[in-house]
Order: sequence, then structure tokens, then C-alpha cells
Amino acid sequence: MRYLPLTADDRAEMLGVIGAADIDALFSDTPASARLKGPVELPRHQGELEVERELAGLAARNRTAGSGPFFCGAGAYRHHVPASVDHIIQRSEFLTSYTPYQPEIAQGTLQVLFEFQTQVAALTGMDVANASMYDGSTGCAEAVMMASRVTRRTRAVLSGGLHPHYAETTRTLAQVAGIQIERLTATVDAEAAVIAAIDADTACVVVQTPNVFGQVTDVSAIAEAAHAAGALLIVVTTEAVSYGLLKSPGEMGADIAVAEGQSIGNGLNFGGPYVGLFAVREKLVRQMPGRLCGETVDAEGRRGFVLTLSTREQHIRRDKATSNICTNSGLCALAFTVHMSLLGEEGLRRLALINHLKARRLKTALQGVPGVQVLTSRFFNELAVRLPMNADDAVEALAASGILSGVPYSRIDPQAGMDDVLLLAVTETTPDGDIDRLCAALTGTLSPETGAVS
Amino acid sequence: MSMQTVGRPTRPETTSQTAPEDRAVGLLQYEPLIFELGGWSKTGVDLPDAAPGAADDLGDLVRTTPIGLPGLSEPETLRHYVRLSQKNHAIDLALYPLGSCTMKHNPRLNEKLARLPGFGDIHPLQPQSSVQGAIALMDRLAHWLKTLTGMPAVALPPKAGAHGELCGLLAIRAAHEARGDARKRVLVPTSAHGTNPATAAFAGYVVEEIAQTTDGRVDLADLESKLGPDVAAIMVTNPNTCGLFERDVIEIARLTHAAGAYFYCDGANFNAIVGKVRPGDLGVDAMHINLHKTFSTPHGGGGPGAGPVVLSAALAPFAPQPWIVSEGGDYRLIEAREGPAAQAFGRLSAFHGQMGMFVRAYAYMLSHGSDGLRQVAEDAVLNANYVKARLQDLMSPAFPDGPCMHEALFDDAWLEGTGVTTLDFAKAMIDEGFHPMTMYFPLVVHGAMLIEPTETESKAELDRFCAALRRLATDALSAKDDTEALERFKAAPVSAPLRRLDETLAARKPRLKWTPPAAPLPLAAE
Amino acid sequence: MRFTKDHEWVSLDGDIATVGITAYAAEQLGDVVFVELPDVGKALKPGDAMAVVESVKAASDVYAPIAGEVTEANTALPDTPEMVNQDPEKDAWIVRIKVSDKAQIDALMDRTAYEAFLDTL
Repeated sequence: MRYLPLTADDRAEMLGVIGAADIDALFSDTPASARLKGPVELPRHQGELEVERELAGLAARNRTAGSGPFFCGAGAYRHHVPASVDHIIQRSEFLTSYTPYQPEIAQGTLQVLFEFQTQVAALTGMDVANASMYDGSTGCAEAVMMASRVTRRTRAVLSGGLHPHYAETTRTLAQVAGIQIERLTATVDAEAAVIAAIDADTACVVVQTPNVFGQVTDVSAIAEAAHAAGALLIVVTTEAVSYGLLKSPGEMGADIAVAEGQSIGNGLNFGGPYVGLFAVREKLVRQMPGRLCGETVDAEGRRGFVLTLSTREQHIRRDKATSNICTNSGLCALAFTVHMSLLGEEGLRRLALINHLKARRLKTALQGVPGVQVLTSRFFNELAVRLPMNADDAVEALAASGILSGVPYSRIDPQAGMDDVLLLAVTETTPDGDIDRLCAALTGTLSPETGAVS
Repeated sequence: MSMQTVGRPTRPETTSQTAPEDRAVGLLQYEPLIFELGGWSKTGVDLPDAAPGAADDLGDLVRTTPIGLPGLSEPETLRHYVRLSQKNHAIDLALYPLGSCTMKHNPRLNEKLARLPGFGDIHPLQPQSSVQGAIALMDRLAHWLKTLTGMPAVALPPKAGAHGELCGLLAIRAAHEARGDARKRVLVPTSAHGTNPATAAFAGYVVEEIAQTTDGRVDLADLESKLGPDVAAIMVTNPNTCGLFERDVIEIARLTHAAGAYFYCDGANFNAIVGKVRPGDLGVDAMHINLHKTFSTPHGGGGPGAGPVVLSAALAPFAPQPWIVSEGGDYRLIEAREGPAAQAFGRLSAFHGQMGMFVRAYAYMLSHGSDGLRQVAEDAVLNANYVKARLQDLMSPAFPDGPCMHEALFDDAWLEGTGVTTLDFAKAMIDEGFHPMTMYFPLVVHGAMLIEPTETESKAELDRFCAALRRLATDALSAKDDTEALERFKAAPVSAPLRRLDETLAARKPRLKWTPPAAPLPLAAE
Repeated sequence: MRFTKDHEWVSLDGDIATVGITAYAAEQLGDVVFVELPDVGKALKPGDAMAVVESVKAASDVYAPIAGEVTEANTALPDTPEMVNQDPEKDAWIVRIKVSDKAQIDALMDRTAYEAFLDTL
């Protein structure tokens, strides 16, 4: 077995040193009745070639985003990741190291986390960011629970524009904490209804911009209303590239900013692993979940970095911890930071503008498809459209002709009664020609009498 | 007050008053922060110019203030991060004996396969008909996990061990509630990892501790006295955090079930028994499996991980969505509470779980096969017992009688009177070329040193490690009447990129991001 | 000044008791890095966790030694937690409590008894 260095001679010699008759003597504490006599019923070990063959076979049964026109978004976005990002994250010293609990020999990881925290704080316009969460959706749930701790209130208002998976994740976790979740009706301009739902028991309001329908909203007025009622404003963003073009959550008065950071440095990966961004106002830092890296000095006065404010965390606070989070998303955060460092401010702004221009082009093209109604009026790189047919059927029909045309809204929110709504995203990776192909095929699908799908 | 004195010195005992120069040491370069490299107008990505007015439709939604992000060209970026990487220890460099962390070799085949476009470049919400291979892989992974644990069901979505614990407890909560039997307490041994009580509290339960016997195991009498009609579950790590197998595990399960409670097993240490013992045969109702431990997905400096949870038949109906079903060779994800998933307790995150980890773990399983995985457990346990045998005459094993499982636990009794603490000893290991072991955990052992070598260490590397530790231990014992020897331990490490760091300063005056030198530091309240 | 087995001290002035942690406790905790204070007006009963003293590696609850209402908290502590190590039994007081039952204070140990208690640890 290529991964196991011990030889039969080694094993015999080591058992001798231990003074054990055989290997089973070392398993003597396991109940005899439950000890397996031999290997379980699964295939025996295989060489690299055989393993690669099986997995390549499975991979071949998936249609990749890069293999044709592709318009899926709804919380995961396909951007170009520079080749050097993947090279850096495969460095042994980053890939095969543990959480930096021994700071003297983990300054690489720690300095990266410090850079990551600084970048995230800058992008979100907030004072402090942590060293990452699992993803945006779990970050959102943690933010709601944090707001409940801070305000000592137990009601959370979720905008109808919040990604339904985020809302469901939040509801699942918050309900056991005794937090009552009120999710408002899903509509493109759902943020308009949020202020009216704030009351004196409200711990927080959660709004997403751009929201799940792609609609961008200035949430400053919601921030004012929330603060006037003693509630916190949580601003969620699922497309981190939008920070390069739009006003930041901090500028608009957010108390907690949460985002999915996948768009920067990380691939689609069928939904994970991703990286959650989590940033707060300075006064809330001790209520934050997750790890924090801070600056200090070593015994010789040299600058160094350590994990800090750990008393919030499970390994010290145990049942009084701010969260049970332990593992985070370190390597995805590294990918984020390297990509962000390559982009810089200039690159990110340019990238964001290109994304937006693509979406403007998509909107114009879709408006030319008979029967299609574009619902989103203020957008970054994603649009919701109403089709004259079931969106799921349209997506399946287009997939059959090699076009991944987007996400039917009903896929993520089946109860909403919006079976005819389709979400489409474009990025810098979308060739203009693919937008034309999509619209031509959609025209064909929507009016089958005019001919076959292209 | 609740006197928690597990604390240890958190600032260096020897300090220098002169600020050092920032310069290279040999080939190890000094490397400033990315914000100090002057790249305020640079970019390492070539993108076309956007047309003027590209965002004129957005009006005042557009950002008008600078973000404050530096950028660098590709060669500068590479150099910056490669230099930083050289300040890290890694498994690829040497043994990484962190107990309870299972730092084993990460096969590079798995990295290659996870990057196949057919896995890396597919969207979680593209039509299911277009990702049949991905769902099939999840289904096969599930089959392996169920077979290896002897459990009938598995929930794949949890993104880490602690997330898996939450998944298990939420399933337990749902199962009790479905019977109209809401319960309040969860019992957790004092030796448990901190995530156990944190998770139980997070899931809305009152946590109560179970005492430990002098031989490092759950105290059955104490457990029995605390079980009652309001206990929802027990959370027991097995093999436990002392590196010992809970000999009475079947009785623990029986008592738990007799009280109407469920047995949650923390599977962080599954590496010690994979292929040898199946938790399903021990009476376990739920157990998470850290794919980033037992099944070798890389730790990546703190994540990402994955923590699928195997479930007994009683808990299976409550597993979170999505569920995987197969119908006539076609695979389908059930993403809402409907059909067979009608009783799902909810959703743990967006989408379907850590696909990147699933691919790596499945490749790892296929490579090892049923025979190789059994050998993994045997070699992991053999290596730990070998380390224990080689060191026990100098250092004091916390539980000397009988074999350990995959990790060897020592206490600090042997250091008494030397002035050398567990912390000093661990830091001195760095000067010998090794990462310290886990220290001061589990909390039930004074000055704990928990060594987990894993199965991917050769005998030669173990011998090198044991020789280094024996040398150090002999030096530590000589510190009793040799101040020079003692000072060497207090000053350690001296050959790492940095000396001991002042954690007290970091916590008292938190600086959590870089700020331009001219501006006041946001959190420094000087 | 009176003491508890949980290493809090209490000093009474009129019906206002000042409470802090003992020098022994401060030394055992190591470098204190943060103190979390209760809200003024909070009603306490003996044994309630009323504040948290944090070192880098541990967070310890401080218990109310007596019943009463919090009238003042030492707001200098969160910004200068090192005071707890420097002057635990004076400047680093944690809260002032309006005492509802002075007999509860009499029931606590005096310094001699507390020091004898420390010898048994």
C-alpha cells in the first residue's frame, strides 16, 4: 500500500519493543464481540491508475460549466481564477499544515489570515473581520445568533430577498436557540417591506444586496430604522465581486456584514468548499464567532501574529462559547487573499465593471426574446426573468441542447409559487456569443412552433 | 469565581528591549505585509478597460470611496506568498504529532482528481441530469461510510466536525420531538473536546459533565446516576481524547438507550478503529466522521473540512436535506422537506456539502480499499504504542496500564521539580525539528502531552522523533540543578522564524487588521 | 474585608459592598486580558455569575458573594485589564452592590480564615 511506510519486518520489530504478542493485543480494549475478523465487504486497495480511471469516469458524467453557454448563479459564481492562485494553495506548507496553534512555526498561515482579515474589512467597509466561516449561509445563521446575544432579543426579520437556502439554514440553527424567524415574502423588491416588519422585539434584520433576484438596494434607510428600534442590521452578499462596484455594507450602516467569498479565488466545486466572510463594527468584536488573528511581538520584539481573543471560542468557553465552530475555511481564505492581492483595487474595480457590463448586455438581449419579462431593475451581474412557461422545464430543454441557462427560482424556494422565474448570472467568463446563443435557443424553446431548439 | 487555571504563561519570559532589524536570516526572507509592499496602483491581472459610463444605470448605488486594497504583479505575488509559506511547518516536512488532529499524509492524487473540471467546474444548482456523476460519487462515498461504520444512513452536508456534531444533535432533537418527548440535558464527559459542550449548548441543551475514572474512561456509575427521563443524549468520544478505547462502550449504549436517550459518538478518532470495529455494532446512534482526519483531506492551515454524520435507523428519517435517492440508475437530490425527506430537520448550509472533500476522501478510500483501511488503523495504533514504549521510562504516561489506541498521552509528573513546563518542553521540540504535540488537552490530565504519530510515519522517522524527545527529556530532567539547561527550555524556540510571541499583548490591545501608519489603530486603546 | 471560597473579596461601606477577586486568584489566572462587567441595576443572588475575568487561555466566571443590586461597575477594567494583576484587592474592584442582607457578609471568611483555607489547596 503506497501510503503506508511500515514493512512487515518493521511491524514485527515494533511489536517486540512494545512487548505485544501481535497486533490484536493492541486492540484488546475493543469488545471481542464487535471485533471484525477481516476486512469489511468493500473492494480491496487499488493503484493510482485504477482510482483515477474510476473518478475520471464519474467526472465525465457531469457537464462542466466551461463546456458551453453557462448562466448559473444564485449564490455560486463562475469567475476566472489566475493559475498562480492554485499553485500557491498547493504549496505543502499551506496545504498540509494545521490550524496555527504554534505561532512560532505558523507565521505563514497567520500572516495570510491577517491580510485576509484586512482585505475583508476593507471590502465590506467594516472595522473588523474574522479569519473566515464555513460559507456565506452558515455565516448568516451565526450573525443572527450573534445579534440575538448582543441585543438580548429573540426575533429576527429576514428579507424576502435573502437567498432561500440562507434563510433555511438560519431558521434551522436559530430555532433551537429560541430565536423566532420571520421571513418576509419573496419578491424582487423585497427590501421595501423590511422596515415595516421591525418592532421593539427585533434583534436584527437581514437583507441581501444584490439580493437573490439580483436586485441591488441601498439599505441605508433600513439601517436607520433598525438602529432606531435598537436592532442590528445584517447585510448579506453572495457575490463578493460586487464589492468592487457597489457601496459597501459598512457605508450603508451595517452592523454585521456577511458574504460568500467563493467568487474570489475559488471554483464552483458543486457547492463546496467555499469561504464565509464575516465582519463587524468594532464594538461587537467580542461577540464574534470564529477565529481571529491579531498582531503582537515576539521575545525579541519582532512583529508577529497569533490567534487571539480565543476565550470566545469552544476550546476555552466550552458550553458558553459564541459558536461551536472549530475548523474554518483556511485554504479557501488563502485562495481568496492571493486572488485579491493579484487583482488589487484597480483589478477588482475593473472586474466588477466588466461583470456589470455583461449583465447589461444580457438584459438587453433578453428583452428581445418574445415572452420574456426582465424583473430586476437595478442589478450587478444577475437577473431574474419571468418566462411564459415553467422555468424548470425551460432549463431542462435548454440543457438538452448544451446550454446551462440558469437556476429556476423554484429549485431553491419551491413553496414561493414562482415556477416561471429564472435566475441568470453572467461574469467575465461569459462570451458575448453565448448570450446570443442563449437568447436564440430561449426564443425557440418558448415558441416551439417556430422550430427546434438551436 | 470559577477558577480556570489551565492557563499557562502567555508572554515570553525572556525578552529583548532593542527593536530588531527586519532582515533575512540566511535564505529565510523577512516579508512585510502585502499592504506594505507599495502596490497601491498595480494589478497582477490583465483585464480590458471598461467603457466609460459602464455603471451609469446604477446611480448612487455605486461606491464612491476607495476600498484600500493593494495589488501586485504575478512575480511579486508569488514571491510574497512563497516566502510566507516558508514560515510554516507542514506534514510534508516532518512528523506533525498533534494529538486528536490526525495529521497524516495527504495523497496528491486526491488533489489532482478534485481539480478535474468534472468535479471542480460544476455548479451546485445546474440541472441534476447534468451532474449525475457528482451525485453518484456522493452516493458511493455514502456507501463506503455506511459500510465502514455499520450504520444504515449518512448525512453528507456538515462542513466540519463541529458542524457534524450539530447535525447529530439536531437529528436527536427532532427524533425526541417527533415522539412528543422534549428533553433538556446532554451528558458530556469532562475529557471531551470543547466542541461537544459548545455544540450541545448551541443546540439548546443544558450540558452536564460525566466524571472520568482513574483509568481514563467514562465513570459508569456516574453516568447511570445522571441518566434520566430529561436526558436527550450522551456525547462520548471513542476512542476517547485520552487515546483510550471505552471498554464499556456497549454497556454505555445499553444504559443510554434504557433511559430513552441517544448515543452520540464523536468520531474524531475513528482513524484508530476504521476497518477493525464498526460503531454500529457498539450501539452508536450518530457519529460524525472528520474526512479531514481519517480520510486525509488536507487541513489547509485550519480548513476546509467535512463532517458527514452516520445515523442509526431511529435517527435516519430526520437527516437534513439534501437527501440522495437513486431510481433505476438515475440519481436525484431531494432538496426540500418532501417525499422520503418530509421529516428532515432542516438545512445546515446552502447547497449540498463539501464536494471537494468528498472527491478527495473517496479517492483515498478507493486507494486503500477495505484491506488498506484496516491496515491504517493497525499501523496508527502500532505507531502510537511504539512511541509510548520508547518514551515511557523517561516521561510519565498518563495511563501506563494497557495499550493506547492511536495516540500516546503523557502528563507532566515527570517534570516535577525541574522548572520545565509542558509548554517549555513543547517549544523546545521546535528547535529539534518537530512540531509540538497537542498540549494541555485533554483538560483532565495535568500538563497533558498528547502524541499522535499517525500511520503514515515510517519506523525511521519515529526513531528519529523518539531519539530527539529522549534527548530533550534527559536535558529537561537535568534542569533540576542546572540553570543553563533550564534557560534553554525557557527561551525555546530559538531557531524558528520567530521566538515566543506575546499573546497577552495581542489580547489586551487587539490589532486585528493592518492600518496605514499615519492613521490611529482602530482597536488599540493606547 | 471578607472572602469566599471562590476567591472573591467583599468590603462593606454603609449598605454598599465592593467586590473583586483576591490576589491569589489573580495570580492563578495569569495575565488578565479582559473583564466583562454586569449591567448596572442587575439583581444578583449569591452564587450568580456576575462578571467574567479572562486570561489568554481561560475565561472564569466571578460569582456574586451576596445578594443585592449592582449600583456601579468598574468601567476602567475593560480598557486596562492589567489592573487586575497589579492591584486586585483595591483599584481593580469589579462591582459595587447595594446589599439587601448584611448577615450574608458576616457569614463569609475573614482574612485569617481565608489564608488558612488557601493553605489547604
